[in-house]
Amino acid sequence: MSGPMEARPNGAERGDAAPRGGRPALLSVAGIHSHYGKSHILHGVTLEVGRGEVVGLLGRNGVGKSTTLKAVAGLVHPSAGEVVFEGRPISRLAPHQVARLGIGYVPEDRRIFPLLTVLENLRTGLDRGGVGKAKKAELLDKVFTYFPILAERRKQPGGTLSGGEQQMLAIARAMTLEPKIILLDEPTEGLMPRMVSQILQIVGALRDEGVAVLLVEQNVPLTLDASRRIYFIEKGEVRHHAMASDLHVDDPVIHQYLGV
Amino acid sequence: MISRRHPVIFWSVFTVAMALLVVAPLVLPEFWRRFVTEVLIWGLLAMSSDLLIGYTGMISFGHSAFFGLGMYGAAAALLTTRPANLWVALLYGLVAAAGVAAFVAYFSTRLRDIYFAITTLIFSQIFYVIIFTSTKWTGGENGLNFDQPALAVPGLFSIEFTPEVLHWFVLAVVAGSYLLLRRITQSPFGMVLQSIRENEARTRAIGYPVERYKIVAVMLSGLFAGLAGVLYAIQNQFAAPDFVFFVVSGQTVIYNVIGGVGTLVGPIVGAAFFLLLSEAFSRLFTATYLDPIGLHGLVGMSYLVPLGVIFILMVIFMPQGLLGFAKRWLNR
Amino acid sequence: MEELLGQILIQTINGVVTGMILALVASGLTLIFGIMDVVNFAHGELLMLGAYMGVVMLALTGSFWLALVAATLLIAIFGALMYVVTLRPLIGRDPLTTILATFGMSLVLQNYALWQFGAVSRKINEPIVGHFNLFHLDYPWYRVAVAFLSAGIIGGFWLFLKRGTWGIWIRATTQDRVMAQAMGIPVPWVLTGVFAIGAGMAAASGVLFGPFGGVDSTMGLNWILRAFIVVVVGGMGSLAGSVLAAIMISLLEAYASLWVSPSQAIIVSFVVLILTLLWRPTGLFVATPK
Repeated sequence: MSGPMEARPNGAERGDAAPRGGRPALLSVAGIHSHYGKSHILHGVTLEVGRGEVVGLLGRNGVGKSTTLKAVAGLVHPSAGEVVFEGRPISRLAPHQVARLGIGYVPEDRRIFPLLTVLENLRTGLDRGGVGKAKKAELLDKVFTYFPILAERRKQPGGTLSGGEQQMLAIARAMTLEPKIILLDEPTEGLMPRMVSQILQIVGALRDEGVAVLLVEQNVPLTLDASRRIYFIEKGEVRHHAMASDLHVDDPVIHQYLGV
Repeated sequence: MISRRHPVIFWSVFTVAMALLVVAPLVLPEFWRRFVTEVLIWGLLAMSSDLLIGYTGMISFGHSAFFGLGMYGAAAALLTTRPANLWVALLYGLVAAAGVAAFVAYFSTRLRDIYFAITTLIFSQIFYVIIFTSTKWTGGENGLNFDQPALAVPGLFSIEFTPEVLHWFVLAVVAGSYLLLRRITQSPFGMVLQSIRENEARTRAIGYPVERYKIVAVMLSGLFAGLAGVLYAIQNQFAAPDFVFFVVSGQTVIYNVIGGVGTLVGPIVGAAFFLLLSEAFSRLFTATYLDPIGLHGLVGMSYLVPLGVIFILMVIFMPQGLLGFAKRWLNR
Repeated sequence: MEELLGQILIQTINGVVTGMILALVASGLTLIFGIMDVVNFAHGELLMLGAYMGVVMLALTGSFWLALVAATLLIAIFGALMYVVTLRPLIGRDPLTTILATFGMSLVLQNYALWQFGAVSRKINEPIVGHFNLFHLDYPWYRVAVAFLSAGIIGGFWLFLKRGTWGIWIRATTQDRVMAQAMGIPVPWVLTGVFAIGAGMAAASGVLFGPFGGVDSTMGLNWILRAFIVVVVGGMGSLAGSVLAAIMISLLEAYASLWVSPSQAIIVSFVVLILTLLWRPTGLFVATPK
């Protein structure tokens, strides 16, 4: 295992391929380790996301991509290292406090509330202190504009929606928090191609609105399209880092970290 | 456990303990003599419960039913057979307890943890109500009174149960049960039980018929609990429905937790600790000589209040029990 | 024949009345279980404490209704404290430890009440005096009022769950605690709140039931047993299930008491429990899951 002080190939050190030209990052993950029982899952993950930036996280199954997102969301507390959001360390905070700071989380299996209606699902994020009626209506409107299908099904229980619709709902729900960053865990998994391109559009729309996205995916073309920078994770560590524009689908790097 | 790895240590400690317990009735005053004998009996009950809680991972609130039926079974034998025969009493008691255990096992083992705990509690109450209301058979609220049998092997000898002889008999039974249970928990069967406690799904996936193991565990546990009931009946010469009430089961669980689950000897220690503290608190809260220092207000408070608080604190801060705590402390 | 019909009608009303109180007790229990997987063995004692608070408040204010509200609020607060002190430290541990902790609490509370209030049972006087004629019998108005009140409390709570923000928070937390947190819902407070609500409901039942029998330190034991049966038969975590099961069981017991003594009538509930465990162990009124 390479230690934190050793140089890694292809410039994964801090500062290289610098995203924001000197401005402090919105989100900074510094050398986090995590354990689950006796398993050591994350071995010192370090990455950054700038304001309004879409950053991709690629890697095979089980390398710790989801765990990294969970650590950012506060659902997993790192045993070492720190997560810094807007200059503030957040790893000790409870998940609901992290969410209220402006970090939205869309988990791998969507996990919408099955017995709540679509509208009630959205309300779990809308009904926050300090959000007036007008603002809530505005947010709801926005969400329904992005996802008209949800407006149609607003009275239906979440559990009766199709997979793709649930994915929309999960993303919409995170959006109701007015987040500064959304953590997307494999949003296109199990979706039909038509929906996949919809996801791409939504990520783009989020970026246009100034919302940063940390995107974990197995779908390489989509990730290359959507992201500005890509991190490659293997065995619980960030092994490589590049600008998406410098990569193409058949890149040997891609094969190295995602190939079978 | 240390004892498993160093049989020499185990047997020396065991011998010393036994020696002390054998000598006890000869040197202690009447009250404490009875006390030690009772601690042994409750300890046996708690040990039987440990087989389920500590080794199989099933919390049962039904032990009062097994205990109670052992007691009533013995009572039935001692009231109906002439002359009163110790071994028939044992037989009746064990059969009664086994019957209840089979009944409980059948339903309860299909249910997971919490449901199992609640169902066993409800079952022990079912038996309580049946016994309480069948006044014709069980004496209802008043229970049954009967004579002590003699410690006799027909044709060989017959000894009256003096308090000392009774104590040694109880000691022999409890010690024997302990050794037997120890053998069982260390056997392949016991290993499977512990595997069920660790990870039931995996044990089932490997291919073990988990339900059957659980049923056997409940039966064994019930038998030893019934045995404790028989001993209690013989010692005190009465049987009462109060002992079937679920609070007795609860206290058994308390002994287990206080002493340390999964240690077999822990529950006995737990019972001793609890009963000693009860005695101490009872005396504290009824003594009037405390008036001058203002503790007079505590008169009349049941010992269960501070004991309950201690129990809760132990559940939160010392879940491994007294023995577990001592083990860790010794291992430093 | 007419006499028998009369008896049956009376027992039907009795069954519904007791059933509604039992439903109120069981609702709190099933709510707590549904949202945090905690079996609250001390629930009966919360009912008992509520009844005693009712006695005290009644003596202080002279008004039954004020006493009812005060007792409910006080015990709700006590419940919140109880949760924070004894149950919150146990989050993440083996769920069986919560059974032990709440069992310990029930012992402490029972004996504390015995010490504070003595062994003589207290009386709460009915706020509504008067009977109406039912088949040559004088049936107390109060009993009918209690049934409606309990139904009202349960109904009110159901509406609360379905409408307001807190209702959504509670339901979301029950369905997926982790995602509820990820959505910014302050789950630790929701859990405390639910426990408080459950405690309050138990306390209210205690006060409502007060005038029926006496108030003593062991009254909780009776209710907890039946409440557990109701919760298992109705389906753990199901509010509707608890209400239906409570009424069903109370009716059956009421009818049974026409032939056997009341202490034996509880055997009927046991039989229902056994049948449920044999046939539909997840609950009679819940859809059979995987």
